[in-house]
Amino acid sequence: MDASEVKIRIENLIKIYGENPQHALRLFRDGRGREDILSATGNVLGIADVSMTIQKGELFVVMGLSGSGKSTLVRCINRLIEPTSGHIYIDDEDVAHVTQNRIREVRRTKVAMVFQRFGLFPHKTVMQNVAYGLKVRGLSDTEQRKKALEVLDVVGLTQWADYLPSSLSGGMQQRVGLARALATDAEILLMDEAFSALDPLIRREMQDELLRLQAELHKTIVFISHDIQEALKIGDRVAVMKDGYIVQTGTPEDLLTNPADDYIRAFTQDVNRAQVLKIGSITRQTIPVILGQDSVKAAWEQMQQHDLRQMYVVNRNAQPVGIVQKPSLQQAMQDGCEDIGIVMNRNFPQVRATTSLEEIFHLCQHDLPIAVTNQEGKFKGVVEQSDVLASIGRLTAEASASSATAAASEPLAS
Amino acid sequence: MLEIFETYTIPLGDWVEIIVQFVVDNFRPIFQAIRTPVSVVLSGIEAFFQWLPPLVLIVAVGLIAWQLASRGIAIYSMIALLFVGFLGTWSQAMTTLALVLTAVCFCILIGIPLGILSAWNQRFEQTMRPVLDAMQTLPAFVYLVPVVMLFGIGEVPGVIVTFIFAVPPLIRLTNIGIQQVSEEVVEAAIAFGSTPRQILWEAQIPLAMPTILAGVNQAIMLALSMVVVASMISVEGLGQMVLRGIGRLDVGLATVGGISIVLIAVMLDRLTQAVGKPHRLPWRKRGPVGLVLSLTQGKTRTQNATS
Ligand SMILES: Nc1ncnc2c1ncn2[C@@H]1O[C@H](COP(=O)(O)OP(=O)(O)OP(=O)(O)O)[C@@H](O)[C@H]1O
Ligand SMILES: [Mg+2]
Repeated sequence: MDASEVKIRIENLIKIYGENPQHALRLFRDGRGREDILSATGNVLGIADVSMTIQKGELFVVMGLSGSGKSTLVRCINRLIEPTSGHIYIDDEDVAHVTQNRIREVRRTKVAMVFQRFGLFPHKTVMQNVAYGLKVRGLSDTEQRKKALEVLDVVGLTQWADYLPSSLSGGMQQRVGLARALATDAEILLMDEAFSALDPLIRREMQDELLRLQAELHKTIVFISHDIQEALKIGDRVAVMKDGYIVQTGTPEDLLTNPADDYIRAFTQDVNRAQVLKIGSITRQTIPVILGQDSVKAAWEQMQQHDLRQMYVVNRNAQPVGIVQKPSLQQAMQDGCEDIGIVMNRNFPQVRATTSLEEIFHLCQHDLPIAVTNQEGKFKGVVEQSDVLASIGRLTAEASASSATAAASEPLAS
Repeated sequence: MLEIFETYTIPLGDWVEIIVQFVVDNFRPIFQAIRTPVSVVLSGIEAFFQWLPPLVLIVAVGLIAWQLASRGIAIYSMIALLFVGFLGTWSQAMTTLALVLTAVCFCILIGIPLGILSAWNQRFEQTMRPVLDAMQTLPAFVYLVPVVMLFGIGEVPGVIVTFIFAVPPLIRLTNIGIQQVSEEVVEAAIAFGSTPRQILWEAQIPLAMPTILAGVNQAIMLALSMVVVASMISVEGLGQMVLRGIGRLDVGLATVGGISIVLIAVMLDRLTQAVGKPHRLPWRKRGPVGLVLSLTQGKTRTQNATS
């Protein structure tokens, strides 16, 4: 996230289930643990003092084992569950302390939700389901219809508009759930294990679909998952929860390369790192030559100065268009050629920064360093073949080291 | 000394008498106030049925049954009504039908809201439950006397005893139906900003509808089964025929009344059951409406084709 603007800020959120939570809250503030509180009062500590911020446009994944408090956390954000204590700011408004009327307004306009078992209205058609948020808001039938059809088109279900949800497959039903959430134009999407009920194949498809939509729509998404692969694949940042508190928050690369403790290490152990690590994390920043601005001589001087063997050439939109190598540049100097466009090699390997390491193995056969671009196609830097191989080597070493420590700690635990 | 029960008897009977007498003496206006709406609805419905020419009613019931249920049930309903007419019990049947429908109207008006309240509020449900148990298990004869003391005799108290007997399953089934609505669906309704009323009308009631209709069906059946008992407080109609037949040991009279009751009961049962069931075709494509629509549309289509 470059232009960071906080969309959701959670401060010291605590949720205690059961009767008389205030008593349990006092015990918790006195430093008593979850088990302690449960046996002393019968109250369950759902969320234990969580603070975090989620940026605008971020796909934020909350990850954790069953019962770790993920659903509780996400339901506190739109107050399907009343927090026991703490603050939840959405656009600087503390929704934990607003009236019922106001929170309804927030749910109608700002925060939409997608459910694990879809939560569709079985007696309404696909179209009516998608339009539900608009109906609640009091829009006219024609407006509802227009918007619903628009969104159904986005998720590719236009021809199913007049069917009941029960005639659709699971994956399609969840697309309806997604469309219903998108239809309200809410900037925040809460997705509680939205893909967990789907077959692995369909799940992957939906993950890709979500990433595709997100690249277009830039929503702020809080995505709950118990699947580490899923979390690392789709998350811009991932928070790992355990027993109601957050153990670590970071980018997928952070979690893999700097796990905060053994809990996280155990989680990430079986993950195929090459699938998760993005090119962006090993990209080296270099200065490119600008086509039509820098002369052959200027390029040559820069190359000498930084002791480079080659340099990428970008156009005025910062998109890479070619690569110049030292020998050909030298030749051009001798020939008195001034235009880099003639000298450069237009055949070069190029990938997006968000591509995983696994996907560029085939490019390593190229001799040239790989040009890395961002979503808009702008030049970010280069990746050398040796970097790719080195990072993979490092990862495998780490993985075997952590499994060794895990194995070593087992006899101690038993 | 072993005969301990001879030493003391709880004077429950006396107490009840005192309480009822107290209520009669002090709250009579309230019960008279309840009389009015019941009496208005009942006399309205009965006057309508008695005024309606039998043939018109038979055809109307046939069409309605065809639309709501099926052609088979429509044919059965028409034959049943014709049979009732030819048995010479038409007027009594209309009186009974009016009484049953009035009682069921009040069951729906009062029972469904109470059922919804019990689904929403656990404490209310807990207080309701023993009351409903009592209403269902207490023999109707027991509350016949206090009802007569409070409301007098005639058709209005007849509706009231019928109501007391018929409303509990409707309350129970409404409660169950609402509670059975998937939690995630209700959660979804809330998450999109629904008000409690929107949650009720958009999700809970439509999804509980089959169960609620089963409750209405139960209420109708129970109401019909009360007809003979109600006739003991001089309610006219088919029940009165049966009662008189029993009193005079007139098997013929009792049978004629009884068969008419059964015919009407089966008709109402099939009709209300069919309303709750999902249909293969949308209502515009079936029954008399479907027929008329397809005929008129067919005509416009051929007209378009020729012009
Ligand atoms: N209504 C409730 N009453 C009491 N305890 C509850 C309630 N809802 C949840 N809990 C408890 O709070 C804890 C957190 O639950 P939560 O549903 O948030 O977990 P989760 O991480 O979403 O788990 P899962 O992966 O199973 O969905 C659990 O220990 C659970 O038993
Ligand atoms: Mg959960």
